[in-house]
Order: sequence, then structure tokens, then C-alpha cells
Amino acid sequence: MRPERIPDTTFDGAPAPCGEDGVLRLVIPANERAVRRGLMCIKLGLKNLNLDADDWSTLELVVAEIFNNIVEHAYKKPSTGLIETQMNYSKGQLQCEIVDTGCPMPNGTLPQGMQKSLDCDIADLPEGGFGWLLIRQLTSHLNYDRAAGHNILTFQLSLNGDT
Amino acid sequence: MKLNHKDFNGARLVTVCEDRIDAVCAIQFKDEMRKLTDEGPNRVVLDMSQVQFLDSSGLGAVVAVLKAKKSEQSLELASLQPAVHKVFRLTRMDTVFSIHDDATAAIESVANAS
Repeated sequence: MRPERIPDTTFDGAPAPCGEDGVLRLVIPANERAVRRGLMCIKLGLKNLNLDADDWSTLELVVAEIFNNIVEHAYKKPSTGLIETQMNYSKGQLQCEIVDTGCPMPNGTLPQGMQKSLDCDIADLPEGGFGWLLIRQLTSHLNYDRAAGHNILTFQLSLNGDT
Repeated sequence: MKLNHKDFNGARLVTVCEDRIDAVCAIQFKDEMRKLTDEGPNRVVLDMSQVQFLDSSGLGAVVAVLKAKKSEQSLELASLQPAVHKVFRLTRMDTVFSIHDDATAAIESVANAS
């Protein structure tokens, strides 16, 4: 297999579409607006997979939550780093890897993302902490590694209504 | 963040004229919605038919609006698109909010009830 070149420009064009080898790579700066555009790039790049609306909404939500977490927590200041994404598709499974060079996860592990009790007064309802709850519910094989200053998050999504 | 509103008898229909409530605009959404509920009548219906994407920051903003409303006020949601409804369902926030299938029907029932 021919090694792929990681693009050095982010938004000068759409990413190479997910071709016959089923690979998509995307590098974006870690800020909220770039996250929006990055999600659009992924949608374009995966066009060949003909995802249905439900699969796309799951993928968009999971990737958005992971990107936002990196922007808000791994990199303390906006635009201080990059987020690299690679997706491989094979037989109904989308294997995803998202890498950043920000701070490691607290305690070196992923947050539990527990369902918080909503059986409370309106004033006590949680306004945050939903991100990992969503990620954990929608993905499988979720794994986090810290290696050589990189946070490496991998997960898998079943597509075409297989979930 | 564009929010349109129209007042009916005892109810305000707020329409989100954006296709996303995400980390980029969640705070702005929250601030503008708070203004509209602060000045609003006792029932506020939020028409989300144009919103195709809502992330956890957007959800947090909608919850914050609910928490900030006056105690005698109600905040009801309407016309959640499938991707948005999924977020409410997975976080069980669909058990906290009153959710209508259709904004027009919701406001008509509100207007008739008042």
C-alpha cells in the first residue's frame, strides 16, 4: 500500500474522499470554529460511504464531543494545537483514531460519563457532563492511550443501522 | 444566533433560525433565550424545527434556560429533529422537558388553553 501524505493545509479544499482503501485523514486547528468546518469536511470525505441520516448524526455527535473536549480541556488556550483524525472503513465498521498533543486525561483515564440523576429540582439539573455519556453510549471499543506526548483516542462505530 | 419570536395569547413562540446549537454559539443562544424568557409570558415554546445538530454544549444551554426561567413560567420544546431528539433521549433529558411533535400545534394548544 502506498503511504498517504498527511495534508499540511486544512481547509484549502475538501479532504481526499474515503476511497477504495476506505481511509480518511483530517488535521484541524483546535478551536470551535475549526471543529464545525472539520465536521463538514468529514461529511464530505465520507460521502462515498452513503451514510444514512441516523449513522451520520451519530458520527457527527461523537466526533464533535471528542473534538470539543480536546479544544476545551486538552489545549487550555484556543489555537494552540492540532487535532488529527483518521478513519478507516471496512465491512460496516468505521474505525476512528483522534490524536492531539494537549494535556493528558486526568488520572490517565477517560471520564466515566455516568448518567447523572435528573430526579431533582429544576434548579439542580446538570448543565454539563453529557459529552462522555454520549460518547460512551454511541461507540464501541473506546480506548485511550498516552504516548510520547500524544493523546490517542480510538473507537469504533457500526454503520448502516447495525447498532 | 438568530431567534425569532412571536407572541400569542399568553404564549411566546421562539423559533431558532439556525441549523446548529453547538460549542460555537451555545452561550449566545443561552443569553438571548434568557432575555426572551425574562420578558416573556408564562408559556414559552421553543421551535427547534430548523436545528439539525445539537451537541452537549447546546444541550447544556437549553437546560440552563430551563433553570433560569421564572418559577411560574413553562419552557416547552417543539419539533425536535431526529439528531437533536437523539441527544435528549440518550441523556434522558427528554424526561425533564415537555416536548411537542409540532410547534404550530403546540402553540395552538397553548393559545386555546389560555
